[in-house]
Amino acid sequence: MDVMPRWADVVLIPLISLALAAILSALVIVGIGEDPVAAVSLMVKGALGSTYGWGYTLYYATNFMFTGLAVSVAFHAKLFNIGGEGQAMLGGLGVAIACLYVPWPHWTLALIFASLAAALFGAAWAAIPAYLQARRGSHIVITTIMFNFIAAAVLNYMLVVVLRPKGAMDPASARFPEAVHLPSFQEMFSTADTALFRGAPANITFFVALAACVVVWLLIWRTRLGYEIRAYGHSETGARYAGISPFRITMIAMLISGALAGLMAINNVMGEAERLVLNATEGAGFIGIAVALMGRSHPFGVFLAAILFGFLYQGGAELALWTDIPRELIVVIQALVILFTGALDNMVRMPLERLFLRLRGGNG
Amino acid sequence: MDFLTIIQILDSTVRLGTPLLLACLAGLFSERAGIFDIGLEGKMLAAAFFSAAVAAVSGSVWLGLAAGIAASLALAALHGLASITFRGNQLISGVAINFLAAGLTVLIAQDWFGQGGRTPSLVGGARFEPITLPFADHVAAVPILGPIYSELLSGHSILVYLAFLAVPATWWMLYRTRFGLRLRAVGENPAAVDTAGVSVVGLRYAAVAICGVLCGIAGAYLATGLQAGFVKDMTAGRGFIALAALIFAKWRPWHAMWACLLFGFLQAIALRYQNIDLGGLVIPVQVMDALPYILTVVILAGFVGKAIPPRAGGEPYVKER
Repeated sequence: MDVMPRWADVVLIPLISLALAAILSALVIVGIGEDPVAAVSLMVKGALGSTYGWGYTLYYATNFMFTGLAVSVAFHAKLFNIGGEGQAMLGGLGVAIACLYVPWPHWTLALIFASLAAALFGAAWAAIPAYLQARRGSHIVITTIMFNFIAAAVLNYMLVVVLRPKGAMDPASARFPEAVHLPSFQEMFSTADTALFRGAPANITFFVALAACVVVWLLIWRTRLGYEIRAYGHSETGARYAGISPFRITMIAMLISGALAGLMAINNVMGEAERLVLNATEGAGFIGIAVALMGRSHPFGVFLAAILFGFLYQGGAELALWTDIPRELIVVIQALVILFTGALDNMVRMPLERLFLRLRGGNG
Repeated sequence: MDFLTIIQILDSTVRLGTPLLLACLAGLFSERAGIFDIGLEGKMLAAAFFSAAVAAVSGSVWLGLAAGIAASLALAALHGLASITFRGNQLISGVAINFLAAGLTVLIAQDWFGQGGRTPSLVGGARFEPITLPFADHVAAVPILGPIYSELLSGHSILVYLAFLAVPATWWMLYRTRFGLRLRAVGENPAAVDTAGVSVVGLRYAAVAICGVLCGIAGAYLATGLQAGFVKDMTAGRGFIALAALIFAKWRPWHAMWACLLFGFLQAIALRYQNIDLGGLVIPVQVMDALPYILTVVILAGFVGKAIPPRAGGEPYVKER
């Protein structure tokens, strides 16, 4: 029997954890001699005060939705995929190859096939750790960490030796052709009189990410496969007894997870940079962990958490621009969110459960 | 490749292997007690910053070392709180600690020194100076053995010798003391330890604290021995290489030393040569960078002897009522 009502588990605990993370972040800002209230208002103004700010916030949120969903799907099968970063890097490689070597007539076709390439490369990068976990019992957390580093080396090699145009100095691929340019929010929403989202990188991929949220929701809660994934995550022995193959579920959950992480590349590589650069992922794969934990592995929660982290990212960039607070403040906030919503979950949960027990005792 | 080059590469292997070895032994204590620790990287990074910062301000490298150990211990305590007391997910706690260290070090460095997330360069007494072993200068002229003694074995900072002494010390502690037996037992079967009337929580906190101290020394060595000062993200994945070495060594101290020397050797080669030409076959530097991780995956996959972690690793202990 659950001690707490469902709303407390889904809403109250994440909110309290978030509040704790926010309070500690504020203390950190005070600690480095800045004003937290001024910092927050600057972040809100910079990230949400203009369509330009929103354009950046939603661009980052798009990245985090993909990586957050990736971590979530694996979480449902009780697998911890830390490899989102590497899978997103490889997704970028897939996008670059698809965009550079095929003369696409129109961006819609390019988007479809680049997405497939991104998903395929990301899934392929998750496949080996998944297989090793399922067949050889190698701990997936360690192997996916190792694969992040291997991915960085692969990407480095590909950019320096294979994809770099002749005569270019920096390790980056050539620019993608004009035909694969994805419509940005500026092109989609601006009217003749008013320019909206001017210069911001948000693009049509945002809607792909929204669709991905819906698809993942359908998959996890409305299909047989999703049921099997959740059953396996709850109890491996139970699932085995019900005839669910652990090998199959581990492989499928990780392939989906890797594909989702890889899909991020259509936003940052195809939509924004329009070429493949080193460190294109900028740690978004790791933020997926925080997003999935905060969103309680539910696509809607992931959506909200991704928007929040998009806001933090863009707000943090504004802070770094106008104050002495470095961008790394966001890394600290991200760490605190992971800490409180993930590792210290019981610190919030235990006293709350006691409180609810006492309340219930008083009523009955 | 002449003899002197080989000696120089081996010398740099020892230097680069030292932080790996310290972090690897740190992880060994923690994981042998059943607490997974992927936060080695973060603890090293925090220790690197605080040791360099305090050494820069006070001018004393020993105060720096103490500050580094204290910082690492604080993060270890956090890991203990999350994974032992509140029975949280040890892996998630480790991830959080890595990010916390990565962010806070830069934030504090910028606030204290205003040099873009780095400390001032350390000079004089604020660094660990190389120690010349007795007669090193006299025997340098002796062929073969002379350079090995004076170049390879002599001329390292005290922390290098400490790290290599820690290997037999760890072995002795784990396999020849009561504490070591209990520590290993608590990682395999905590219920049995509990039944024997020994505190599981106490043992695990002790292991995590030892892990903190060793990570602190590793980080201090990075910033005050290997290099002269802290720069942003200076651990550069060493905590994860140490983790890889730990798995490679199958959680055993002597093997850990050889694994760390191997990975240090790979780093030394990658540092010295960009691409290695083996008579027509060119090995790109990226392969050297990735090799420790690839080797670890191969070992984990069980193709070359199976790596079996401590059985109770990663599981919070819940006393049955």
